[in-house]
Amino acid sequence: MRPPLQRYRNILDFALSSLLRRKGRNLALISVYTLVVFVIASLVFFVQALKREAHELLAQAPDMVVQRMVAGRHDPVPLAQVEAIRSIRGVDEVQPRLWGYYYDPVFGGNLTVLATEDAALAPDAIWIGQGVARSMRIKEGDLIPLRGYDGQSTLFSIQKVLPESSELVSSDLVLMAPKDVRALFHFPEGLATDLAIQAGNPRELPTIAAKIVELYPDSRPILKSEILRTYEAVFDWRGGLMVVVLGSAVLSFIIFAWDKATGLSAEERKEIGVLKSLGWESSDVLLLKFWEGAVISVTAFLTGVLLAYAHVFFFSASLFEHALKGWSVLFPRFRLIPALDGYQLTVLFFLTVLPYTAATLVPSWRAATVDPDAAMRS
Amino acid sequence: MIELSQVVKTYQAGLATPFTAVDRVTLSIPAARLTVFKGPSGSGKTTLLTLIGCMARPTSGRIHLHGLAGAALPHLAPTEALEITSLPERFLTAIRRRTFGFIFQQFNLVRGITVLENVLLPTYPTGEDPRAVEARAVARLESLGLARHLRSSVDRLSGGEAQRVAIARALINDPAVIIADEPTAHLDSRLSEEFMGLMSEFKDAGKTLLITSHDPIVYDSELADLVVEMRDGRVVSET
Repeated sequence: MRPPLQRYRNILDFALSSLLRRKGRNLALISVYTLVVFVIASLVFFVQALKREAHELLAQAPDMVVQRMVAGRHDPVPLAQVEAIRSIRGVDEVQPRLWGYYYDPVFGGNLTVLATEDAALAPDAIWIGQGVARSMRIKEGDLIPLRGYDGQSTLFSIQKVLPESSELVSSDLVLMAPKDVRALFHFPEGLATDLAIQAGNPRELPTIAAKIVELYPDSRPILKSEILRTYEAVFDWRGGLMVVVLGSAVLSFIIFAWDKATGLSAEERKEIGVLKSLGWESSDVLLLKFWEGAVISVTAFLTGVLLAYAHVFFFSASLFEHALKGWSVLFPRFRLIPALDGYQLTVLFFLTVLPYTAATLVPSWRAATVDPDAAMRS
Repeated sequence: MIELSQVVKTYQAGLATPFTAVDRVTLSIPAARLTVFKGPSGSGKTTLLTLIGCMARPTSGRIHLHGLAGAALPHLAPTEALEITSLPERFLTAIRRRTFGFIFQQFNLVRGITVLENVLLPTYPTGEDPRAVEARAVARLESLGLARHLRSSVDRLSGGEAQRVAIARALINDPAVIIADEPTAHLDSRLSEEFMGLMSEFKDAGKTLLITSHDPIVYDSELADLVVEMRDGRVVSET
């Protein structure tokens, strides 16, 4: 009985030196392979991290938002509804919110303007997100004119630029006093954009929503869970879109890898014959080819995954941002918190490593099962 | 002793153009002696050696190894005869590995790896202690005058050096039988004489040597105990 572990080690050693013999070919293969793994893994990491980010941010969002609908369109809510809704059993707090969009013709982007009652906000001052500061090239202490509904500009001083950590949701945000929001948009007194509701028991939310609709049939309550679901769908859809676009690249790689892996050169066939004539069994040859395929695919997989990790979590997925991060000219810059999904990594491993390794074994098996006398005749 | 009885090897048997390379060969090859197979190209010499060396199976006939396969199949008694044509593949592989050492006409060294790695190739699947086999390989290469080429790539060797590497590789598992196919075909007279000198040493060490050649340096050598002449797949004379 031969010591099996030493046999595996010997054959692995020989597989490594075999790979080094064909450096050019194998490096080209590993590079293309790594690129495909990198792109897919980046996508998986990015979508996963965005979902997690959205979950964490929405954890602080109101349990429910109530809008008013007119002719199927979102319309301001009368503040008179606040007290009536607050009196519904289970409702802890109702907060009217005042917000809207401001289009800036200079850089061609939309800003989200939100009223805040924060006492720290100085009169005639605003707080802005990082994206706004970057796009408009403004900083704390600068003055900025905003054009109102009547075409008149109002000057605001930048009191604070919001921290980078909140950039995913605050990139395009402008926070100002309620009176300034009403003045800028000519927003009537006694109305709010929507109502934010907190409930003591989240399980009562569907009942509370039903009661609000009963009370105000033109209202539309939106639960936090529905917002989360929408985010998930959006990120999945965007991720899916990228996968479709990348599908052609992946397909090209599969054809390339299949061609490289399945076609044994005349020299490789001869070598297999020589090895068999020297006393290698078919299983030894297969083990050699298995190691060669496994080393290439595992190297490409690990390199691709590590590069994707760095790309997504250290460089904020800079290659994909236009496709995945947003739809405005204001792309948020943020550093994602690493979120790895073992299941998806495993699926990626099985989709990339196994097919290649298997593809290398088939032709070798064919060559390894013939008589070794071909070596004598070459 | 190696005994062949009515051995036939037909390629493409059953097809439109069958070709019989070895035709009803019956022969007794003595152990620990040098046997030379001579004859023109296509006479069946190489095919006969592939059949004896367990690289291919004959179409019909029997080949017996008498007391030669003990290292490969330890359950055999030292003098027991073994009929090899009907053995399963894994037994044939074990016999190829332990009983036979092959020196190919083109040497068949694996390109791109070192001299030492080439010599170690037959030992990899055995799972032997790598330090022990490496020491053995180094000693063998040193005895063949290749000490300074241990870590060189085989691509840089001259014809004579490449052949000595092939010899070292053939001997690494200490086989009982050495099979050399046209070993002097690519060597000049001096190197051919050198080769025969090495064969003499191996013969003195008790190895059974089977050599195909149409080089008079080989078949006219005093070392040759038996010269088998072949033509058209048949044995035409034994001297």
